[in-house]
Amino acid sequence: MNAQMSGPPDTTKLNWMTTRLDAALGWARKFSIFQYPFVTACCGMEYMATATSHYDMDRFGAGFPRFSPRQADVLFVVGTISHKMAPVLRRVYDQMTEPKWVVAFGVCTCTGGFYDNYATVMGIDTIMPVDIYIPGCPPRPENVLDGLIKLQEKIATEPGTTPKAWSATGVPEDAVRRPGRPPTEMPTGPSARPPELHAPHRPESHL
Amino acid sequence: MLQTLVERFPQFLLKTSAYRGQDTAVIKREGLLEMAGRLRDDPGLQCDLLMDLTAVDYLKYGRSLGSAPTRSTPSPLPYYMKPKPTTEIWERAVSNETYRFDVVYHLFSSVYHHRIRLHVPVTAADPVVDSLTSLWAGANWFEREVWDLFGIRFTGHPNLRRILMYDEFQGHPLRKDYPVNKRQPLIGPTT
Repeated sequence: MNAQMSGPPDTTKLNWMTTRLDAALGWARKFSIFQYPFVTACCGMEYMATATSHYDMDRFGAGFPRFSPRQADVLFVVGTISHKMAPVLRRVYDQMTEPKWVVAFGVCTCTGGFYDNYATVMGIDTIMPVDIYIPGCPPRPENVLDGLIKLQEKIATEPGTTPKAWSATGVPEDAVRRPGRPPTEMPTGPSARPPELHAPHRPESHL
Repeated sequence: MLQTLVERFPQFLLKTSAYRGQDTAVIKREGLLEMAGRLRDDPGLQCDLLMDLTAVDYLKYGRSLGSAPTRSTPSPLPYYMKPKPTTEIWERAVSNETYRFDVVYHLFSSVYHHRIRLHVPVTAADPVVDSLTSLWAGANWFEREVWDLFGIRFTGHPNLRRILMYDEFQGHPLRKDYPVNKRQPLIGPTT
């Protein structure tokens, strides 16, 4: 007994313990999703229909929207994102703490939808990693719940004690991407635009 | 209404037309401020509300299939639609080659409940008209929008900056020669 205590730790037992901790963490996380709804367009109505009591997103532990990204786990991007709004969305994403997930809600956030013009971002996966895509224009609440359940599965199976593969410095390695789309350079670091341009603060711009 | 304008401002009017109760006057840009001021303050007109202020780019008007009102529709019309009669086509008083843009003003009188539309043709080389912010404060954002999307400047505007696009945007996206698929993102890929 004494020899066992003073020797090196049993690595097989440690590995077994780590896996169980991941599973427990994943189980806890998937039922306590604090979401940040970034609602910009008509998909917001379907989001509200899903979140309120008729479809009751709270059954899945996601009934508590936080309107501060620092307190949120999942970023729901709901609605069309314009190029003017994109730096704001990116800043919201950067403010969220790990672990964090992103849901693209509706075709506008998935691909740009039917917009193909000077103003619209052609899918938010060009500016941030996306975990779950919920297609539809707008998606039905059942479709949203399906996406939410898939997100729960992803959260539950994700290693919880190790940091996620993407970091603030580079391309996310395990981000879900459409086939055929090349990986995107994330504009961070000194080569990108100066930080004051990312979300222009113009309090008197309406004058 | 149009008769009053014809009597008072014959030197500024290029064309007047009335169609289905809509009175339209095409005027020279030199007379815009004076005419708009009289339309607002004259006791018999009292067009006190600037309903809309926008612009039209006639660069490809009538030349491409999408903007050609004189051509027949490529697909057969549904049963509930009648073919568009040729009288509904807007004939400008000036040539589209010389005067590329029209700045369009819609005025409404809350006293007499009549409306009038003013067209001000401007050239592509000198796309400048007088600002109406001295008459209607609401013209401020309208004119910023027209400057943002069409690149038409308004002399006398207190704060002529972009209002819809961001400051770093190059060009004016609603001009007909702006490429449809051109991207100018602040972040992310450019394609």
